[in-house]
Amino acid sequence: MTWLPPSASTFAPNVDFVLMLITVISVISCVLISFLLIYFVIKYRRKTDDDPTPAITHDSFLETLWTIIPTILCIVIFLYGYVYYDEYTTTPKNAYEINVTGQSWIWTFDYSNGKKTLNELYVPINQPIRLVMQSKDVLHSFFVPAFRVKQDVVGGRYTFINFTATQEGVFKIYCTEYCGTGHSDMGGKVHVLSKDKYAAWQSDSGSKIVNASADIPLDQVGAELRNSKGCVVCHNIDGAAGGTGPTWKGLFGKKRNFEDGSSTIADENYLRESIEYPTEKMVKGYQPLMPAYKGLLADYEITAIIEYIKTLK
Amino acid sequence: MSTDNEKNYLENGKGFSSWFFTTDHKRLGVMYLCGIGTFFIIAAIASVLLRAEHLSPGRTIVDAHTYNVLFTLHGSMMVFLFIVPGVAATFGNFLIPLMIGARDVIFPKLNLYSFWIYCLGAVIFLFALAAPADTGWTFYTPYSIESGTNVILITLGIFVLGFSSILTGINFIVTIHKLRAPGMTWDRLPLFCWAAYSTSILQVLATPVVAITLVLLIGERYWGLGFFDPAKGGDPVLFQHFFWFYSHPAVYIMILPAMGIISEIIPVFSRKPIFGYKSIAYSSLAIALISFLVWGHHMFTSGQSKLINIIFSAITFAVAIPTAIKVFNWLWTMYKGSIELSAAMLYALAFIFLFTIGGLTGLHLGALASTIHLHDTYFVVAHMHYVMIGGTLFGLFAALHFWYPKMWGKMFDEFRAKIAFVFIFIGFNVTFFPQFIMGTLGMPRRYYNYDPEFTIFHQISTAGTWLMALGFIFMLYNFFRPISKTAEANPYKSKSLEWSIPSPPPTLNFDEIPTVTESTYAYGNKIERET
Ligand code: HEC
Ligand SMILES: [Cu+2]
Ligand SMILES: [Cu+2]
Repeated sequence: MTWLPPSASTFAPNVDFVLMLITVISVISCVLISFLLIYFVIKYRRKTDDDPTPAITHDSFLETLWTIIPTILCIVIFLYGYVYYDEYTTTPKNAYEINVTGQSWIWTFDYSNGKKTLNELYVPINQPIRLVMQSKDVLHSFFVPAFRVKQDVVGGRYTFINFTATQEGVFKIYCTEYCGTGHSDMGGKVHVLSKDKYAAWQSDSGSKIVNASADIPLDQVGAELRNSKGCVVCHNIDGAAGGTGPTWKGLFGKKRNFEDGSSTIADENYLRESIEYPTEKMVKGYQPLMPAYKGLLADYEITAIIEYIKTLK
Repeated sequence: MSTDNEKNYLENGKGFSSWFFTTDHKRLGVMYLCGIGTFFIIAAIASVLLRAEHLSPGRTIVDAHTYNVLFTLHGSMMVFLFIVPGVAATFGNFLIPLMIGARDVIFPKLNLYSFWIYCLGAVIFLFALAAPADTGWTFYTPYSIESGTNVILITLGIFVLGFSSILTGINFIVTIHKLRAPGMTWDRLPLFCWAAYSTSILQVLATPVVAITLVLLIGERYWGLGFFDPAKGGDPVLFQHFFWFYSHPAVYIMILPAMGIISEIIPVFSRKPIFGYKSIAYSSLAIALISFLVWGHHMFTSGQSKLINIIFSAITFAVAIPTAIKVFNWLWTMYKGSIELSAAMLYALAFIFLFTIGGLTGLHLGALASTIHLHDTYFVVAHMHYVMIGGTLFGLFAALHFWYPKMWGKMFDEFRAKIAFVFIFIGFNVTFFPQFIMGTLGMPRRYYNYDPEFTIFHQISTAGTWLMALGFIFMLYNFFRPISKTAEANPYKSKSLEWSIPSPPPTLNFDEIPTVTESTYAYGNKIERET
């Protein structure tokens, strides 16, 4: 079906079934109503200004009929919706837990073995997963269309998503709760890996997957990271003013003025510090909105981004 | 009777103060119409800009912040300044006294104050545009606490507007109870009055809750009170409960009066009694009451408990049933009728069709399994516009055409009106139907930027807004170019009381208070009616 996204979790076919069921009922009802409407308009169109008309005011049989049929249909639809929802919200015993944190405008994923990823979620295929989610700031919502799952993340409490991926591949993550300027760029990807690949990924130091093709120049890796790690939401590269964060165009080697009145020249160490601890030196005229990337980016990733910034003259 | 009543209401007094200080319910209705009309146009322009931005992914004409401001402006203006006062304040004011055989509403001065309060609220709202809010019309916390825009001022404006709504509601309830002409029993009352009555109950009971919510939000922003801030032990989801406790009933504040209009227009142009008068009247009340118990269906993914989700889903389906009953009743009113396809009737029939689609797609959003996927996607945007435009706005347009002769004492050109209708109807479907598909494919709402695979849907949708805009402009043009400067008292042979007096109505409506002897819908063969 082309009007549905790929179906890649155990929950997805259930959702699609309910969607199909309701759509079929809707299409039939809508066709029936439109047919009657058009038929009446043609058949009973006004012929003279005083056509005789019957004074029918009600009809108990008909009225009972069109009360009972919709009621039955509604009950059936409700029950299907409920049963599958119940299944989705019940956590399987052997579920593998991953912690998810939303903040404006990035997702971070913490795995049980201490690994941490940014905007890229890695899960094994055919393994029940339970996401334990929270927000660091405003509301966000974690949505994977291919899995048909969605849940808001809230500050000060946990919310949950259960799913079991059934198809290897890469699927989109969207943020579906409005969260400000970067809302539509707050996305990411779920990588569903086979059990073997997942085990390899878990024991890996973290560089292999991104760095798979070692022949890509470092600055291109940096350009890619700008998108995948969410820097793109706040930093443009075309020099336009008015973004949430300063532009990267011409940044390297430029004099930076800070809120506390001091200043420095943007060199490699300054850039590194700004990425890992952004609030240490606040660029004049900007809000402390940038998340601290200490621990979220591997060393070589920071180097790649800096190499990339250097190329933006 | 009195000599005052020789002038019609439009000619009785000229100049600004004769309007702005009037207590005449008809003039107030006309002024509300000007007010909501202006805001409708501003908010519609915002929506044309929003759609134009989506001609291509990424930046097309404005930046992300401006986009967010535009959709907040579009949503909050359409909801609070246009559609909530919408049909109820304009046609409610104009028609209720005429329909029940009264000279005015029961508290004419209060009616004028309600209008002034509306103006005051609107002015505050407009001041907020100095640094317009970017929170969306729902003002969800914590974002609305942190946003650096004029959230306080815009919510204050909405707070003030709420009082206008409450006072109008009280006025209508008491008017319908107390001022019905002799013989105008509850089972002869025009269904528009039943709808306005149900709406008024909602306005009186639900509006205070949004007022309190907005005060809490202002307190939170201004004094840092912390009701909704997790950092201070508050709960952001509580805000959503408060907000939707009002805003769901508000959906029915918006749609019920339009349903009332449809119940008036279809019998007249079919020359048949309305089918199932009682079930339409009671289903209005039933909808009004149940609508207080379904607010949680806006929050299925908010993190509220599983049990609560299940309960809200079940009650939501319960609202679907009275709604379905109404649709079939309207349809069966036409059976064996003598149907005239006037412009007003076309809008009424389009209402039935579009509202049916809006209602049926509500099932997708009411069932738990499917709503998890569809929530906060374009599917919801499409569903809501099918109900609010296809429903309320088409109902309002039907009313504007139907009561045009009565309101202005002139006749418009039917042919031109039908051309405008065709543009609006096609444009509407072209705009919103692709959004159902986009939403099912996973396109989230309130997105400035989008993935390239959605481009074609967005472009079709944008093209639809241009067709609609052309239709609106042509419709307005037609209204301002009447083809006849006089109108008969009753051009459609309607049996309702407002058509028993001249067009436009005299200042005091009725020379003598009429005595009602039969139902408003006493069309058709008399003998059959008595059996
Ligand atoms: C939520 C918005 C946001 C995101 C996401 C973000 N930044 Fe920033 N960034 C800012 C803001 C605001 C500033 C300026 C204030 C400051 O110095 O902290 C800034 C400053 C910087 C600076 C110093 C710039 C200067 O002009 O001196 C660098 C370098 C930087 N960010 C790199 C990154 C990188 C790399 C990423 C992605 C891994 C990133 N930022 C993601 C908002 C963001
Ligand atoms: Cu978000
Ligand atoms: Cu978001």
